[in-house]
Amino acid sequence: MKATILVRPKAGILDPQGEAVQSSLRQLGFRVGEARVGRVIDLELEGADGDAARAELERACDQLLANPLIESYEIALDG
Amino acid sequence: MSDPRPAIAVVTFPGSNDDRDAALALDRLGADARAVWHAERDLPGDTAGVVLPGGFSYGDYLRCGAIARFAPVMQAVARFAHGGGLVLGICNGFQVLCEAGLLPGALRPNASLEFVCRDVRLCLERADTPFTARAEPGQTLTIPIKHGEGCYFADDGLLADLDRNGQVALRYEENPNGSVAAIAGVTNERGNVFGLMPHPEHAVDALIGSGSTDGTLILGSLVDAARERLLTAV
Repeated sequence: MKATILVRPKAGILDPQGEAVQSSLRQLGFRVGEARVGRVIDLELEGADGDAARAELERACDQLLANPLIESYEIALDG
Repeated sequence: MSDPRPAIAVVTFPGSNDDRDAALALDRLGADARAVWHAERDLPGDTAGVVLPGGFSYGDYLRCGAIARFAPVMQAVARFAHGGGLVLGICNGFQVLCEAGLLPGALRPNASLEFVCRDVRLCLERADTPFTARAEPGQTLTIPIKHGEGCYFADDGLLADLDRNGQVALRYEENPNGSVAAIAGVTNERGNVFGLMPHPEHAVDALIGSGSTDGTLILGSLVDAARERLLTAV
């Protein structure tokens, strides 16, 4: 089973990378509003699936993959 | 009889690069600096203080300090801190302490997105901690910074807690990185753990850099406090 984890800077937190991306896109003529830059982590899971896999991934996010003070995360399970 | 030299453990993670400067400065200020490898499970038995140095531990992968936090030695550092031991985190060491939950808040990419490497002027807010006692309250210190991710973040609730508890020990006179409330260094609530982005170990010799030796006020305070604990423990 595969999982994709999206980690984003929390709403309201200054995201200088997003601002730089927005400004660069505008310089290229793209008409874009706010941009936010996060991180994608693709994982292959061994063992658990379904709800157990999701619970394990939430623990992984809380312990390592995201910093709950500044980041939010979303977990998508595939197959 | 000369003053005893307190043992101060300086941890080296893979990617640490200010560990030897920190050890040299501590030795010159009267400590017995001990190099401790990240894979150790225990600190030297007579450890009277711990320094987590600057650098790029584990390549700064994921987030700065996020992986170093799980190094075997960090369990020993956490036990030492929870027992009231003196722990100082400099730059990357500050990031590690925040990720480990030993200090509040988090460090994020500089608002400018640029690596900043220069002297900064700092206002000392607390001169009554084990890490600042050699300085005067309100004293201005000149110490260099060199970091890409030194933007201190605390949400409004945490910021209010820090102010109420007097945990903000050091602020930038001119904010170089977008830190909330221009915070350059914080302590834990108990006051035995301190983290700062500026590098006191790079401001200890009048012949190097801008010639400021204000870093000795921080590191010397730590050595004094560690020695005091050594003497009272005997």
